[in-house]
Amino acid sequence: MFHTIPPPGAVASASIVSVSNLSKTYASGFKALNCINLDIRRGEIFALLGPNGAGKTTLISIICGIVNASEGTVLADGHDIVRDYRAARSKIGLVPQELTTDAFETVWATASFSRGLFGRRANPAHIERVLRDVSLWDRRDSKIMTLSGGMKRRVMIAKALAHEPMILFLDEPTAGVDVELRRDMWRVVRALRDTGVTIILTTHYIDEAEELADRIGVIDKGELVLVEEKTELMHKLGNKQLTLTLQDPLDCIPSGLAGYELELSPGGRQLTYSYDKTSEETGIGPLLQALQAAGIAVKDVQTKTRSLEEIFIDIVRARS
Amino acid sequence: MNFPAIGAIYRFEMARTWRTLLQSIVSPVISTSLYFIVFGGAIGSRMTDIGGVSYGAFIVPGLIMLSLLTQSMANASFGIYFPRFIGTIYEILSAPISAIEIVIGYVGAAATKSIILGIIILATASLFVPVRIDHPLWMALFLLLTAATFSLFGFIIGIWADNFEKLQMIPLLIITPLTFLGGSFYSIDMLPPFWQRVALFNPVVYLISGFRWSFYGKADVRVGVSLGMTLVFLALCVTAVVWIFKTGYRLKK
Ligand SMILES: Nc1ncnc2c1ncn2[C@@H]1O[C@H](COP(=O)(O)OP(=O)(O)O)[C@@H](O)[C@H]1O
Ligand SMILES: [Mg+2]
Repeated sequence: MFHTIPPPGAVASASIVSVSNLSKTYASGFKALNCINLDIRRGEIFALLGPNGAGKTTLISIICGIVNASEGTVLADGHDIVRDYRAARSKIGLVPQELTTDAFETVWATASFSRGLFGRRANPAHIERVLRDVSLWDRRDSKIMTLSGGMKRRVMIAKALAHEPMILFLDEPTAGVDVELRRDMWRVVRALRDTGVTIILTTHYIDEAEELADRIGVIDKGELVLVEEKTELMHKLGNKQLTLTLQDPLDCIPSGLAGYELELSPGGRQLTYSYDKTSEETGIGPLLQALQAAGIAVKDVQTKTRSLEEIFIDIVRARS
Repeated sequence: MNFPAIGAIYRFEMARTWRTLLQSIVSPVISTSLYFIVFGGAIGSRMTDIGGVSYGAFIVPGLIMLSLLTQSMANASFGIYFPRFIGTIYEILSAPISAIEIVIGYVGAAATKSIILGIIILATASLFVPVRIDHPLWMALFLLLTAATFSLFGFIIGIWADNFEKLQMIPLLIITPLTFLGGSFYSIDMLPPFWQRVALFNPVVYLISGFRWSFYGKADVRVGVSLGMTLVFLALCVTAVVWIFKTGYRLKK
């Protein structure tokens, strides 16, 4: 599928992107990043999570050379992104958050343009491979303006892959795309990783990070709050909530249910039970039996994964 | 040097030219023809020769310069402004290319286009009036230098402008008047003495004078001075571009 050849003589150090003491203050005086330290491991899929305005795009833009850092350094495959920008940038591919494409160019022309821009000699076979991988081969002669939004996003991915980068940044690749395209993106990302490409993606969706990432970083208000293995983090953040709507309101939680972590809503009509979905025993069965034993009739049940927003709030609270 | 990148930008820009062929080539040809019909035919027939050159032939170099200046600026400013406007500039900024390579790509394409245009206008003009070129190499040199200088100037405007009005303001407010007052349609020594001296502050006077000299061997100022002034302006533009890329002015946040 994708083919990347490790550069000759490159000492394969474990971290392929190394961010040190990186800060960014915009001209407006707004401090978007505050002393970020982050190492991305060679070959991993790293998901950067964070609420809107956290600084994800700013961080990616600095690494890719679009925004100037105020302080700190970044190495890409050992090359300083400022002093040795040619070597650094030729290793990097970027799919930005905004859908920005030319209109009148064809898919084929725009992908070939990108390859040339990154200093690579024309290679129609590679462009063909990339276009096939993102399911755009049939549309190669179409002008970009005739494509749907989802296809334009694929065009941007194809452009980013045209020069065979070893590091790929995807800034919210699946924001506002349909389920099918999302699955498709995931497939492309995994296939790329299998060829040795390191992938850093930002996302709002915890399930996306869960699905794809090897490690997860959480950024909030310009600060990197945590970086952890996905499996570890999922365990910590794996809380789910079961909400039970009751036939008759309760004044208080009956003593027979004291063993469960329950919360009663102000009106007394809803009971909320928090559990760890990753554990063997969620405790839902016994809880329902206990409810029946206590003579509490349940009208409706609903389960909900805690939203990313809620998880962020927890993390930020825990931090302060 | 990242030659594939220069080539990619150059081809991309030239493709834009071919796509907008009508607008980029045909309309200047039509407007130039109108100039010749009006100034060369209708008015020129009542004008006396200037320095032994018929009025129609006299205005040819000035008219070519007029198009060269406005087209170089329009092409180059739009070429870099548009990616900034729609956001595709991200790719240029993230690519392993130096400022000089970006400039060669964009400015080279804009200059190529306006030189092609200049040649087309010259060919059109020679259908209307007898055109003579005494110093073809000098003519080519002035054509090249002017196209490059004003494409560079346009590039700077395309980076400075943050809306479409500003993009068109400088060409409209400054360049067009300077060109008309720069002796496109008359010789500077036809002006009253005071205005002759004022005219020497107009850089376009030097361009047109030098260019006209390469045609008919007659000039308002010495050809060496013309060349010198053109090079000075070129150097100013290069300095500005170097500064822009050094500071990231309007390109990087
Ligand atoms: N050019 C800019 N000037 C001033 N502030 C900016 C600029 N770009 C982004 N910001 C601010 O920096 C913060 C981080 O933005 P961004 O990196 O886009 O966040 P994210 O991608 O995580 O949503 C936001 O508060 C945003 O308003
Ligand atoms: Mg963002």
